[in-house]
Amino acid sequence: MYSEKVMDHFQNPRNVGEIENASGVGTVGNAKCGDIMRIFLDIDEKGVIRGAKFKTFGCGAAVATSSMATELVKGKTVEEALQVTNQAVMEALDGLPPVKVHCSLLAEEAIHAALWDYAEKQGIVIEGLEKPRADIHEGEEL
Amino acid sequence: MIYLDNAATTRTAPEVLEAMLPYFTENYGNPSAIHSLGTAGKKAVNRARRTIAAAIGARPEEIYFTSGGSEADNWAVKAAAESRSEKGRHIITTKIEHHAVLHTCQSLEKKGFEVTYLDVDADGMVCLQALRDAIRPDTILISIMSANNEIGTIEPIAEIGELARERGILFHTDAVQVFGQLPINVEEIKADLLSASAHKLNGPKGVGMLYVRTGVRLAPFIHGGAQERAMRAGTENVPGIVGFGAAVERALRIMKEKEARERELRDYLIRRIETEIPYCRLNGHREKRLPGNVNFSFLFVEGESLLIMLDLKEICASSGSACTSGSLDPSHVLLAIGLKHEEAHGSIRFTLSEENTREELDIVVEELRRGVERMREMSPLYEDFLKSHGDGRSAV
Repeated sequence: MYSEKVMDHFQNPRNVGEIENASGVGTVGNAKCGDIMRIFLDIDEKGVIRGAKFKTFGCGAAVATSSMATELVKGKTVEEALQVTNQAVMEALDGLPPVKVHCSLLAEEAIHAALWDYAEKQGIVIEGLEKPRADIHEGEEL
Repeated sequence: MIYLDNAATTRTAPEVLEAMLPYFTENYGNPSAIHSLGTAGKKAVNRARRTIAAAIGARPEEIYFTSGGSEADNWAVKAAAESRSEKGRHIITTKIEHHAVLHTCQSLEKKGFEVTYLDVDADGMVCLQALRDAIRPDTILISIMSANNEIGTIEPIAEIGELARERGILFHTDAVQVFGQLPINVEEIKADLLSASAHKLNGPKGVGMLYVRTGVRLAPFIHGGAQERAMRAGTENVPGIVGFGAAVERALRIMKEKEARERELRDYLIRRIETEIPYCRLNGHREKRLPGNVNFSFLFVEGESLLIMLDLKEICASSGSACTSGSLDPSHVLLAIGLKHEEAHGSIRFTLSEENTREELDIVVEELRRGVERMREMSPLYEDFLKSHGDGRSAV
């Protein structure tokens, strides 16, 4: 049901892990729907993303889109990273089954949430970036 | 390939296939025909009917062949409700039924029937007192499965049947998971209607049956012919029915041995998973459980990912995760036994057959342990858990 690229990124996910003292961290999704993505960004003083890591609870597509999204934003400026849409992530993975399209949306949202966190920490405004939705259901911890 | 998805379907046994083949190529006549080729088919169908009737303590004329368990469930629930609708419009079932029953009940609700969906306890067991309390003067049908397909819990159907008979309420049981696995007798459980399917007991797919007790009058399910005593029209699936009969004969012959073997393998797998993989939870009743069913939730991981990992190692299992159902909701059964969404998403079901070996299960445990570990390493839920519990290994 998954493309070879998706299977590759699921079996050998790139950038799994955390970044200590990350410039920005974003967590999106909720355990209720079975997908949670957390993306860590390391951004230098020129606004270039030096490193990206992720942790994801979710299906094969959720893991693969997290992996691909972190790959795509690495080396990009904050403004360029905003252009990494769910479409871009899907295309880079040679497509996703229709029921898994929401996973690519989640990856886009996770990047945006991490950028939002970065902007807040820096006290700057990133043109075109909207405040991420608070999607995690409260009081639903394990 | 290690196949641990026998509750989904089983391999057609070689002797079953062999019994079926002549009815494709030689005795292919229509059982309704007068000529000898047709009569051969009719005889074979009736032989299978006698075998299956005897297996559940019924009479041959009480067995109606269907296209499978789902059709039998649909027919039983719809037709029973409609046949008794003058007497009342209240139906009792449970929250853990197969969708063939649940969705049929929901469709009846739209037609003005009222349905009580009974809760089950943390083991998936129906509470008899709750059933008693739910019965109303206008209750016409109780439909409760013999055993649950996901978590393997065996329900107290003899007591349920007794209660239903006492109150003059029709009792239907979906016995798809039990028939051919454990002894079941319609007199002992006082069933009026019972559904079963061939492909769960090494028979072919696409054939099942509904037992309808003599005296229970139902409307036909398919109109258009005299087949199945004009209750289910359409040329009989002769090879399928012959295969069903052969599968039942085989199941009865090996039942004791198969049950003991599966039980032993099941308990071995449960024990190893519980001792070797931290933060897991066995779903379903520990003792009153189908001999081949193992169902675990692994905290902090998602089931579909785990299934794909196992599949890459040629291990076939299934999951109650939403991602495997095409919806956003995890298994209704796991939610009904009180699991949180994330626990339900992390469930894996292994259903064994007598052909599995300990060596296979050793491989499964090893791959499962590795898979769970890998998924936890990349799980933000696990990260949060470790942070709030220190190292946490002894915390739960």
